[in-house]
Amino acid sequence: METPPPERPEYGDRAGEPAIALTGVTKRFRTPTGGTYTALRDLDLTIGRGEFCAVVGPTGCGKSTTLTLVSGLERATAGEVRVHGRPVSGIDPDVGFMFQADAVLPWKTVLGNVAAGPLFRGMPKARAHAAARDWIHRVGLAGFEDRHPHQLSGGMRKRVALAQSLINEPRILLMDEPFSALDVQTRALMSNELLSLWDQTRPAVVFVTHDLEEAIALADTVVVMTAGPATVKAVYQVDLPRPRTVQEIRFDPAFIELYQQIWQSLRDEVQLAYARQTAVAGVA
Amino acid sequence: MTRAHGRVSPTGAVTVPVDPGPERSVTEVLDPGAARDARRHRALVVSLQAAVLVVVVGGWELLARTGVIDPFFFSYPTQILRQLWTWTVDGTQAGPLWQQVLITVEEAVIGFVVGVLLGIVCGVALGRVRLLSDVFGAYIKVFNSIPRIVVGSILIVWLGLGIASKVVLAAILVFFAVFFNAFQGTREVDRNLVANARLLGASKGQVTRQVVLPSAFSWIIASMHTSFGFALIGAIVGEFLGANKGLGYLITFAQGTFNPAGIFAAMLIIAVVALIAEYLMGLLEKRLLSWRPPQLSGADL
Repeated sequence: METPPPERPEYGDRAGEPAIALTGVTKRFRTPTGGTYTALRDLDLTIGRGEFCAVVGPTGCGKSTTLTLVSGLERATAGEVRVHGRPVSGIDPDVGFMFQADAVLPWKTVLGNVAAGPLFRGMPKARAHAAARDWIHRVGLAGFEDRHPHQLSGGMRKRVALAQSLINEPRILLMDEPFSALDVQTRALMSNELLSLWDQTRPAVVFVTHDLEEAIALADTVVVMTAGPATVKAVYQVDLPRPRTVQEIRFDPAFIELYQQIWQSLRDEVQLAYARQTAVAGVA
Repeated sequence: MTRAHGRVSPTGAVTVPVDPGPERSVTEVLDPGAARDARRHRALVVSLQAAVLVVVVGGWELLARTGVIDPFFFSYPTQILRQLWTWTVDGTQAGPLWQQVLITVEEAVIGFVVGVLLGIVCGVALGRVRLLSDVFGAYIKVFNSIPRIVVGSILIVWLGLGIASKVVLAAILVFFAVFFNAFQGTREVDRNLVANARLLGASKGQVTRQVVLPSAFSWIIASMHTSFGFALIGAIVGEFLGANKGLGYLITFAQGTFNPAGIFAAMLIIAVVALIAEYLMGLLEKRLLSWRPPQLSGADL
């Protein structure tokens, strides 16, 4: 059960360093009107190797920004972002990303989409396709290899996106509200699926969500963020046994207690964010 | 949508629906009454279209024959058909009719291909590389503001009365139409798709070829529909300005000899060429954009 994933060559990788370490990270954006908007301020966050971390916080507080900094899509304005001990200086091949919106290529088939990562990285076509077929099978889409994304349901497209990320065997998987567009039942199914796939390769996961129940059911640690500019308010350990079934674990007394605790912390931020939003709406 | 979606059981197993086969039209899946109504509607439309044609063409013939409008200036349908017949059987002033058609089509097609390729390459390059668009953007705007027809005159001076001057004029007309669409299409690519491809390991070139180009193709194809028309205009106007062959030359000759039937006959041929090109473009679009969901039908013109 506790077999670690097969070690891969660790170039410039410092053993013992956490998977992700953000120290004093600030991110400002220039607004179209010429002002600046501070999304993150003095954020400190450490995520261990193989750890499943869920990040919750009010809408628009900068949770997604944290992910773009870790992935290398954006640079921090101040502070330092390290992945496996190395400062992030661009897109890291060890990092996978799952977007909130559909980001599978609509003109490629399921097979083409899943094989895209290995092909981009120079794997020969035959091997890439074989690997893709294997992953398509693992996410339960066998038989749909030749379909285009528009011929699939929303949940199936999410499976494609999941296989597309996992085929690269990332050691860090960043997920930005990946299941928020799905209906409740499909969402629970996908969450279970995610947990069993995660268990196979055990990457470190940062799972951004606004759904506290989903966060506790999936994660080892739950990070509560403040209303923007975001910083870490509190970190909670989730000591619920694995493997878990997300539909059932929420009836566990330990789950309920944890939920109440974290909700106490999260509620103030949600109310603050809501009050600001309505204030802005009132002015406009 | 007529496609069945796969059902996912709680164990994660997927029952694969049987392939739904070729897309069925929307009307067929509705009840038979609706299908019958649709057929009736279609029959009504076709018969009304025929009626309009008969009234306009018949009316024209009648008015000209009865002298209400002067047949010398306005000609009439049967006279136009006779002109076409004469051209086909006896040849035109510039030689056999098929040769004139072929020359104009050749000019338009070469100009079209060159213009489309240059338009796509330049549009995507400027759309992808900020520095290029900053430097060349202003020049392209200036060049675009020159009425393209006047460029034709200098082309005749430079390249002579042969086919080259017409090809270049057609290519210039096509280039701008395609260029602006390719540029805009490149700029409007879904940022998530680009970010996702980069995270999956795509290089800049791979992003351009596998994400930007396919995405921009919806825009580019839209411009290609109109731009074959531009290519024909370029070829014919080039022939107006100076030529001794081609459909444009036939029109100038007919104009010079006060022969409206000749002008109308050439117009008719050009219309047929344009319609065939439009049909071929539709086939190409279907092929290139086969990944898109079938559009719900509506009035299309």
